[in-house]
Amino acid sequence: MENSRRKFLKTAGYSVLGVAAGSMLIGITPRSATTAEDSSGGPKYKSRDEALKAERWGLVIDTRKITSRINRSMQRACHREHNVPDFVRKLGSKQHEIKWIWPTPFKNAFIEQDLQYISDHLKRTEIPVLCNHCNHPPCVRVCPTQATFKRESDGLVLMDYHRCIGCRFCMAGCPYGARSFNYRDPREAIEEINPDFTLRTKGVVEKCNFCAERLARGESPACVEASNGALTYGDLEDASSDIRKLLAEYHAITRKAELGTLPSVFYII
Amino acid sequence: MLEKALSGSKTYYTLVLGLLVLIGIGFLFYLKQLDFGLGVTGMNRDVTWGFYIAQFTFLVGVAASAVMLVLPYYLHDHKEFGKMTVLGEFLAVSAVLMCLLFIIVDLGQPQRLLNVILYPTPQSMLFWDMIVLNGYLFLNIIIGWNVLSAEKEGVPPEKWLKPLIYLSIPFAVSIHTVTAFLYSGLPGRGFWLTAVLAPKFLASAFAAGPAFLILLSFILRKFTNFDVGKKPIQTLAMIVCYATIASLFLFFCEIFVTFYSQIPEHMDHKLYLFFGLDGKGALVPWMWTSLLMLISAAVLLVIPSGRKNEYVLGLACIFVFFGSWIDKGLGLISGGFIPNPLHEVNEYIPTVPEVLISLGVYAIGFLVLTILFKVVVGVKEEVRG
Repeated sequence: MENSRRKFLKTAGYSVLGVAAGSMLIGITPRSATTAEDSSGGPKYKSRDEALKAERWGLVIDTRKITSRINRSMQRACHREHNVPDFVRKLGSKQHEIKWIWPTPFKNAFIEQDLQYISDHLKRTEIPVLCNHCNHPPCVRVCPTQATFKRESDGLVLMDYHRCIGCRFCMAGCPYGARSFNYRDPREAIEEINPDFTLRTKGVVEKCNFCAERLARGESPACVEASNGALTYGDLEDASSDIRKLLAEYHAITRKAELGTLPSVFYII
Repeated sequence: MLEKALSGSKTYYTLVLGLLVLIGIGFLFYLKQLDFGLGVTGMNRDVTWGFYIAQFTFLVGVAASAVMLVLPYYLHDHKEFGKMTVLGEFLAVSAVLMCLLFIIVDLGQPQRLLNVILYPTPQSMLFWDMIVLNGYLFLNIIIGWNVLSAEKEGVPPEKWLKPLIYLSIPFAVSIHTVTAFLYSGLPGRGFWLTAVLAPKFLASAFAAGPAFLILLSFILRKFTNFDVGKKPIQTLAMIVCYATIASLFLFFCEIFVTFYSQIPEHMDHKLYLFFGLDGKGALVPWMWTSLLMLISAAVLLVIPSGRKNEYVLGLACIFVFFGSWIDKGLGLISGGFIPNPLHEVNEYIPTVPEVLISLGVYAIGFLVLTILFKVVVGVKEEVRG
């Protein structure tokens, strides 16, 4: 009796060890293959050949060329591309509003600037505001799950909608009001779903992603395409890029520069 | 010991039943919120934290205030707190429990809560808040329960409890400090961006928490035959008095810096709270009520004859508790978000479901508090014989 029990335990013990060792081998082999190419140890994805790349993506907005028509078409293009619900139209209230890019008066976009005698054009025309894709993003600093993160390869501040727990700390952290929260199911207020981009669920935060999905396909950001030349994008680290040429020629400002967030969105006034 | 919570008077059962009903109502509305989303609350795109996070912040203070009993009793051998210390620890247990629940009901995706542990992120203050709150909760459960068991058995508390008790003192300070750091490290939120936020939190906590304990002792004396005695209450009253004055002083310092420097981004939030901005001022009457309550309480308590009169003391404690509750539970969070980063004023008013869910969480906390205090009273009665 005693003997057979010991024998059983022994066999059971070896089997458990064997299974564990086997699954470890299975688990390790593909992973060690990836670490061979990528020292960071994470999974490595190959980007498409046509993908647009930059060391640090940036955007220059020429406020002199902005008109209210351009503002409208940029917002429409962006929100259609990204399945952004229009709760303002559906409910007639701004409470659950979600917006990635929107026009606002200069005095609201640049509250820290001297607003005593601004030019007639700036008094008349609203200017577009969006996520600044900061080089030192406070939203990333405060996120408790790294659901929002700065992509090291190109400096874009992006979101993992599947990891976000909906604590909204990033919304308190963002000094530009660039983030929106899904207070309810967004499907209620999306006219036409774009199957090429993810839908969000209720309870997560979202914001402008600089059209990372379009850049990956070799396309320009939707707002730039709809801007009639008022918006220029490119690599801020490349001195020969279009936006660096613009920045070299004109003086451009960023929003709330005193906070040290180093925005990647510049405004020519 | 828990069996002492199973038998009680009719009043006790009525209280427990009433709390269970409130919990049930809150739970039903929480199911509604889970189904629909946080859109059932009054929060909006600008005011993204509301009643829930405000209650959390206030209750962290109540929890931290246990240290005002633990520190004098264990570090300075202030014997007259002996009868009360366990009350403070159990109050902390129920307060931290409510804090954790308020965070959970505020999450948009509560089923993903464990992501905070799966992807630990030390650069986020919320990560540290999770650690200190849970640590403080377990410390107080272990300490309170074991000290009370020892008292029941008529033996001195276990030796290994001492280091835990000493550890609970810095933990109490840390829970409210880290909670203040959630807000005070955010660039572009001028209302919170002040180094006195953490000290002010602690001062108002050490006023509101002991004030609540004094009121609880009065209630215990009235409904049970457990009396903590006059002396510890008078010592606590002194603590409430000076903590209230300290928190008013820190408030004054903030007002001076803000309005003498005249920096609009810092002034506008306080203008909104106390005078209204762009014609909107839902919180104006509340903020003045809070300020008046705290000032009158400080005056009533600083006069020895006022402090020694138990009616005056009770009134002052009610003033301190509700004055601090308005300040932290209503003004602090809304005030930071209004005006928004684009200087627009969009107000926030909690909705009925939001208030009922909050009441449900408070009812859970009070149920735990009632049961724990029932055990304490039972043990003290048994020991006395």
